[in-house]
Amino acid sequence: MSDNYYEKKDLADFPNIGEYAPLQGEKFFEYYGVSTGAGKLTEREKALIALTTAVTHNCPYCIDAYTNKCLSLGLSNDEMMEAVHVGASMVAGITLAHSTQMRKIIKKKEM
Amino acid sequence: MTNAEQQLTLLTNIEGVENFQDKLKSSKQHPLQASQVEIFQINVGKRCNLSCKHCHVEAGPNRVEMMTEATFNKCLEILKKTPEIHTIDITGGSPEMNPYLEGFITEASALGKRLIVRSNLIILMDLKYKKFIDIYVNNKVELVGSLPDYHRDRTDKQRGKDAFDQSIRVLQLLNSKGYGKQDSGLILDLVHNPVGAYCPGDQNALEYEYRNRLKKEYDIEFNTLFCLTNMPVGRYLKYLIDSDNYHDYLNELVSFYNPKAVENVMCKTTVSVSWDGKLYDCDFNQMLDLGMNDPDSVTLDDFDIEKLNNRNIVIHNHCYGCTAGSGSSCQGALD
Ligand code: SF4
Ligand code: SF4
Repeated sequence: MSDNYYEKKDLADFPNIGEYAPLQGEKFFEYYGVSTGAGKLTEREKALIALTTAVTHNCPYCIDAYTNKCLSLGLSNDEMMEAVHVGASMVAGITLAHSTQMRKIIKKKEM
Repeated sequence: MTNAEQQLTLLTNIEGVENFQDKLKSSKQHPLQASQVEIFQINVGKRCNLSCKHCHVEAGPNRVEMMTEATFNKCLEILKKTPEIHTIDITGGSPEMNPYLEGFITEASALGKRLIVRSNLIILMDLKYKKFIDIYVNNKVELVGSLPDYHRDRTDKQRGKDAFDQSIRVLQLLNSKGYGKQDSGLILDLVHNPVGAYCPGDQNALEYEYRNRLKKEYDIEFNTLFCLTNMPVGRYLKYLIDSDNYHDYLNELVSFYNPKAVENVMCKTTVSVSWDGKLYDCDFNQMLDLGMNDPDSVTLDDFDIEKLNNRNIVIHNHCYGCTAGSGSSCQGALD
């Protein structure tokens, strides 16, 4: 065991996440493959969605994998950054939308 | 130590990377054997008007290695008496800078074989070399032109300032001559290669983007896009090391290893000739000075098609670049 929670080389371990639960692992990879491969949306569009999800969920492995994938598919740096801003503004919006709860409670509790 | 020896030392025993030979053994594909030699690839010299950052040849304006007329003639002799070879594939450097290329093309085109020239395009802007456009048209040469990326900034990063705009102007000129236009019989293929330490994506997806963007923005047409994986050889190997990407890149190539791609590597059907008339399994082995396995197949004088058809190919860890994903080589991704 190393002293770091996240290690770059662990990205290579992703194919082994089915260990101890192979059936679920197999089903997951089948689902993952179908979901991220080209369908009605192109592989490029899906790679951008995946990159945005990776960044908003702070996953260093997926950020690494999908930045590489976006570069491979010819996406420009500006296009990738624009996608990150979609994620960032969604997270901001979602955070602010949740203030509705807070404001409702304030209004109910305040005299 | 020569430059090639230094490169081979770097490519030997890479931390965390299984030797390519063992990898082939584990998929029962060792030794790697040639099939029928059909392509005769000639590297006519290392001189080039550009000094691209990814160049496995380490070509540039100051290189002096150039094929002589006598060596070109030896190639012609072999091509004349070897009908099994259906394709002549000319590369460099910038082939146009070899003073004997024009004569060779004229004679080679009369042989009725497929004749390909790999051009960096930009050389065709130069007044001294512009004449090659008509030479290519008149001899129905298939052109494989490099355009590393459809983003201006990325192409310029790899090839130098204004490289993208100059390439675009040459492509427009080639289109005006019929190159890349449907039914013209003049083939213009493009080559994409990554501008950095990553692998090329799906060839069909990238071809779709190239086609749409080049048409919409510059009214350019072409036939096919080939996506080439950058090989850890020459300047690109140095770039990988200097930018601290070497291990990650090699590991990525290994993680994409595909035994099916091994079946289609281009060395199986190719023989590669260097500017000084030596024989190699491919242009990458040529730059690493990895001669043929058979000690009696050294130069054009030793050319024996039967022996070459039955040869074992000399492999090393750079070969992972040909077996990653759907596979890629000088021919682009192999389906
Ligand atoms: S990659 Fe091609 S164009 Fe660039 S320096 Fe090398 S030979 Fe010349
Ligand atoms: S690098 Fe050359 S020898 Fe190795 S697999 Fe590719 S074409 Fe064959």
